[in-house]
Amino acid sequence: MSSVQASFRLQRGSFVLDAGFVAPGQGVTALFGVSGSGKTTLLRCIAGLERAPGTLRINGETWQDERTFVPVHRRPLGYVFQEASLFPHLSVRANLEYGYRRVTPSLRKVQVEQVVEWLGLSQLMARKEAAQLSGGERQRVAIGRALLSSPRLLLMDEPLSALDAGSKQDILPYLERLHRELQIPVLYVSHAMDEVARLADHLVLLERGRVSASGPLHATLARLDLPLAQFDDAGVVVEAELAQHDEKYSLSRLDFSGGHLWVGKVAQPFGTRLRARVLARDVSIATQVPQGSSINNILNARIEAISDSGPDKVMVRMLAGESQALLARITRRSRDQLGLHEGMYVCAQVKSVALM
Amino acid sequence: MNDLSPDDVQAVWLTLKLAGVTTLLLLLVATPLAWWLAFSTRWYRGIVAACVALPLVLPPSVLGFYLLLLMGPHGWVGELTQALHLGRLPFTFAGLVAGSVIFSLPFAVQPIQNAIEAVGMRPLEVAATLRANAWDRFVSVALPLARPGFLTAIILAFAHTVGEFGVVLMLGGNIQGETRVLSIAIYNHVEAVEYGAAHVLAGGMVLFSFLVLLALYLVGGKVRVGR
Repeated sequence: MSSVQASFRLQRGSFVLDAGFVAPGQGVTALFGVSGSGKTTLLRCIAGLERAPGTLRINGETWQDERTFVPVHRRPLGYVFQEASLFPHLSVRANLEYGYRRVTPSLRKVQVEQVVEWLGLSQLMARKEAAQLSGGERQRVAIGRALLSSPRLLLMDEPLSALDAGSKQDILPYLERLHRELQIPVLYVSHAMDEVARLADHLVLLERGRVSASGPLHATLARLDLPLAQFDDAGVVVEAELAQHDEKYSLSRLDFSGGHLWVGKVAQPFGTRLRARVLARDVSIATQVPQGSSINNILNARIEAISDSGPDKVMVRMLAGESQALLARITRRSRDQLGLHEGMYVCAQVKSVALM
Repeated sequence: MNDLSPDDVQAVWLTLKLAGVTTLLLLLVATPLAWWLAFSTRWYRGIVAACVALPLVLPPSVLGFYLLLLMGPHGWVGELTQALHLGRLPFTFAGLVAGSVIFSLPFAVQPIQNAIEAVGMRPLEVAATLRANAWDRFVSVALPLARPGFLTAIILAFAHTVGEFGVVLMLGGNIQGETRVLSIAIYNHVEAVEYGAAHVLAGGMVLFSFLVLLALYLVGGKVRVGR
């Protein structure tokens, strides 16, 4: 039974956490919500850092229920805190090896050299003091330190939020690499949709201490009944394959089940899997194939649902091909003038695509 | 400076023994107490903190007086020690140690507590997620990070015990080889107008205290720079 099942109840003053979810036993699950929605508290409960009544089963193993409470240090988990929290009295290497040395050798799943290579830490190993590292470097060491304890569950609490934009961009590729290479479930707390869209496979939405939605990322982002659809940066994620270059205009074609998208040239081999984000505000709708349009990306789609989004706007969910959902935020007037309704075939014009 | 009488030498040794034993016991008592004060959220934490700090403000004679009553034949500590066939504590070395531990408690607890509070919960939580059990967390994280606090506690507790007078006078009297510590010996010399002997002991104490502090500060400073 490969899954993460968690359910906790905790009262802290006026705040009540009453959250439960089931997530896949592999891949990245984002715990997403605004500040104060209880994401970090839920993560701390899962780690055992908060002692709250509840149940926790990780891939068939019970870590907590009515009778069991496995203490933190016996839960095979890795925890990456918001601030790197390296031990200031230890060298970079000693920090990395802190958890590693406490795991029985036969149970170690990764070696120090391997993690150093994954996270590009070889330059840092010679540094005596962890305090001298930059924010991004510190967080990479902290991630490596967590991985070296051979966790069966990786918990990350907004690991990028304390970093500046540059360090964030430096570290994201490493996180994507972990996403591909790790065989363990990762719970990733974030309030930044761009990180979630880039890294997550599964989305758990938290609101005021409760789970308001839980499901695969693509499907959940395209739901109109969730507050996500009301965000300014509401949109969907397209999983596509690099298929063709247009050298003359320096463009690349990405193929996916619902058609293809042209984007600025991507210097990677054909067949590379890429994630792109298409925001609802960047999609417009035409009832006929537009003539003389500057927009490169026009997809055939069928309207699945329409719902109100503010006094003047509506959100339209469409399906391009068999399974790719698209969202478009248009005015109510346009909906009426074009006579849009469920089941109607339309052209979705995608004004911009953000590659992740 | 060579007129240190055998009695005075004995007083010096007794003082060092008292300060050493007291400091050792204080570390054992003060560390868990400081830990609890640093992290507890119980409502009575403030009451405990105030009790620990009490010896800072009480005149030693007041403290000594109540300890004397408490350890005496009709005090409940006294009754306990008698019931356990340990005899009575006043006018014994053990009684002095007990009094000194209480008298110097805040000097050991507060620096340790401050240091542990400065370290905070986070490094200990990190260590717990990295498979370290409670004792391991204490030894490998809390102790090294709070080391300046422990050093300060040792210095203060030792020095404070060496210089103790009022409590000793109330509790221990003046029994040679048992409770006559340096400060009492100096007092006796002064009473007897033996200023020369008083000078040797008092001057020696000044010098010794200075050297101990200097050595510890130098070691402490070097350790901090080296890390």
